[in-house]
Amino acid sequence: MSRTICLYLHVHQPYRLRPFSVFDAGTHTDYWLDPANNANNEQIIHKVAQKSYRPTNTLLLELLERHPEFHFSLSITGTLLEQLEAWAPDVLESFKKLAATGRVEFLAETYYHSLAFFYAPQEFERQVALHTKKIQELFGQTPKVFRNTELAYNNDLAAWAEKAGYTGIITEGWEPILGWRSPNFVYRPVHTQAMSVLLKNYKLSDDIAFRFSDRTWAEWPLTAEKYAHWLNALPADESLVNLFMDYETFGEHQWDDHGIFDFLRHLPDEVLRQRSNSFATLSHAIAANKPVGTIDAPDVITWADTERDLTAWTGNAMQRDALQQVYELEKAILATNDPHLTEDWRRLQTSDHFYYMCTKWFNDGDVHAYFSPYQSPYDAFIYFCNALRDLRLRLQEHNGSSAQ
Amino acid sequence: MLGWELPPDNSGGLGVACYHLCRHLADQGVAIDFVMPYPVRPDHAPQFMRVHTVHTSSAPILGAYSQWSEQLREHQNAYLQKVEQLVAQQNYDVIHAHDWLTFEAGMRAKKLTGLPFVAHVHSTEYDRAGGQAGSPLAHEIEQTALLMADRVVAVSNATKSQLVQRYDVPESHIDVVYGASEAELLKSTTPDTTTYTYLRTMQQRGYKVVVSLGRLTVQKGLTYLLEAAALALRQNPKLLFLVVGDGEQRDELIARSAELGIARNIIFTGFLRGKAWRDAYVIGDLFIMSSVSEPYGLTALEAANTGNAILLTKQSGVSEVLRHSLQFDFWDTCTLADYIVNVAAHDSLRFELAANALNQARTVRWESAAQKLQAIYHIAKAAV
Repeated sequence: MSRTICLYLHVHQPYRLRPFSVFDAGTHTDYWLDPANNANNEQIIHKVAQKSYRPTNTLLLELLERHPEFHFSLSITGTLLEQLEAWAPDVLESFKKLAATGRVEFLAETYYHSLAFFYAPQEFERQVALHTKKIQELFGQTPKVFRNTELAYNNDLAAWAEKAGYTGIITEGWEPILGWRSPNFVYRPVHTQAMSVLLKNYKLSDDIAFRFSDRTWAEWPLTAEKYAHWLNALPADESLVNLFMDYETFGEHQWDDHGIFDFLRHLPDEVLRQRSNSFATLSHAIAANKPVGTIDAPDVITWADTERDLTAWTGNAMQRDALQQVYELEKAILATNDPHLTEDWRRLQTSDHFYYMCTKWFNDGDVHAYFSPYQSPYDAFIYFCNALRDLRLRLQEHNGSSAQ
Repeated sequence: MLGWELPPDNSGGLGVACYHLCRHLADQGVAIDFVMPYPVRPDHAPQFMRVHTVHTSSAPILGAYSQWSEQLREHQNAYLQKVEQLVAQQNYDVIHAHDWLTFEAGMRAKKLTGLPFVAHVHSTEYDRAGGQAGSPLAHEIEQTALLMADRVVAVSNATKSQLVQRYDVPESHIDVVYGASEAELLKSTTPDTTTYTYLRTMQQRGYKVVVSLGRLTVQKGLTYLLEAAALALRQNPKLLFLVVGDGEQRDELIARSAELGIARNIIFTGFLRGKAWRDAYVIGDLFIMSSVSEPYGLTALEAANTGNAILLTKQSGVSEVLRHSLQFDFWDTCTLADYIVNVAAHDSLRFELAANALNQARTVRWESAAQKLQAIYHIAKAAV
């Protein structure tokens, strides 16, 4: 039996809000410009470009040139593409080079990395359309496979994706939806006719994304050779292994010093050493594999945390309050037809803002789990509310002046 | 155990801490002779330890935080003689002294007996003098005692680093023992807040009540709080500030709030005890500790235990424990005002802050503080 490896990398940076005071509301609109602090978006782009985007793209291009059999998939959010255009155009060019090989597939998602599907379905469709347009312009591809923010998935989303014309969708290979079954097959979402769902093999994915540098891990250090051995040891009939992870795994979450680039450099060699192995884009995998069963996901699952749900974004009262505050403006904002107002409102929908408000890891001892540019989740909420306060003032002003 | 005050005749956190630490040490089987300068009121005499007093007058003349004076020196000397007598008559295992007022007696006891000496720092002379050098005598006593002590206990990491930096105490000699606030102590607190009928009425009209509690003194940073209140009231006039406590800054603060044009929103209650004091926590929607310097800050834990959202200066030791709080620099009145406005505006924020702070406050226990002290006694004994 042959086995296909689907490597899929998600590339994203939000527009972080600067510490925005209640006294800035009504006087400043520079939400995204933080000259000094941890939320300096330009500096973050420079840093991540240096540590991750440049070396990883260089290496990926090398691998594509060296191995004609090497394929993979990417998704890049609109908020990152804009920031690369502004501050690291060379990185954008390197992504275009990857696209030009014809062996890198770009997926669809929301332009603003938002949770709009669950709060504002029409806005969600607009953001997906914006993203597709951007991908077409930059990379000359029309995405055929859909990934939602944080791989948040349920039956309704799969049904929507089929109606919208996608051939496939991806999510977490989580036991509650799989039962005894393996993630290493293609499945069909319930109530869809021709759709496929690809499920992340979280064990093998997280070995790279989370555990790679962990010296307390029994398998440390992880080499490409050992990893390929694990892939080859899977049951022979399991035809597909979906390795889905954040692109920033390479160089940012796992460091060069710890050998992550060496690992990636040797991975295709080691995997392809076994002749029955191959790499494929998600579309190729969908075309080549028939669904072996159905996936029923009435509740939302994501690829996040041990709970694999949305609680890191919507679990506490502040997060729900903030989400409601931002989405209740939908009609009023769109009615203005003001591009600046609309853009700021959409940037405030990026899921990262709500993640920074998460309180569940904010205790003594596990400070490092609180991955945020702010002092506390409460500060994150306050800056967000202050920016929204300003946005509402601008909305009032706009309506006042246009009524005259 | 050498202390200077016990509730209810306490002027601050020192008496409260001594009381609970002793109560739990006694529970854990430690026999304690507690020395203090004045008698405890008969209806409040603790049953779990022997209390020795120096003077016979029934009410304390001086609090733990009093300025230096001739009279205070006389009290300290009499206290020292009492301790000399005690250690001559009885055998002890450890001398545990609290703050500079009792440190001389502690050192003398160590000299006379060779027993291990534990110096427990609740506040330094720098803290009490609001960042100034303070009394040279108090400072000298602290300095000598801290270097002579077999172990030093600090109420927070902030105090610990002060002891390292300003008193040259080796870091390895210092342990941090956090104070607690236990919900059962505030049990008699019921939502019946008839004490504050006016505030309740105003809350029903949409006002939010901001509580601050402590001595009205420079160390507590209340002038900054008033500046922040003025800024916040410009954004939201439906705020009332309840300032509980008394002190030498009282008149100045009242005058300042009038100058700022916010006198109608600031309520000065004076010093409170008992029900009126506890109800101040209960009536509050948010609690602010604005201290310029605060070795620990037990009141913030008490406020957390009664369901307040907590706003703290980064300069307070308790900020190390109550991470689920809004933390600001004491001088940063704009940030404090921003916090006040937003906590008042968003129930969700207030709810999350209060619920998480309550959970966190519950994990800090006097019982574990006492256990830690026992371990410290053990190390001190080994060090002698």
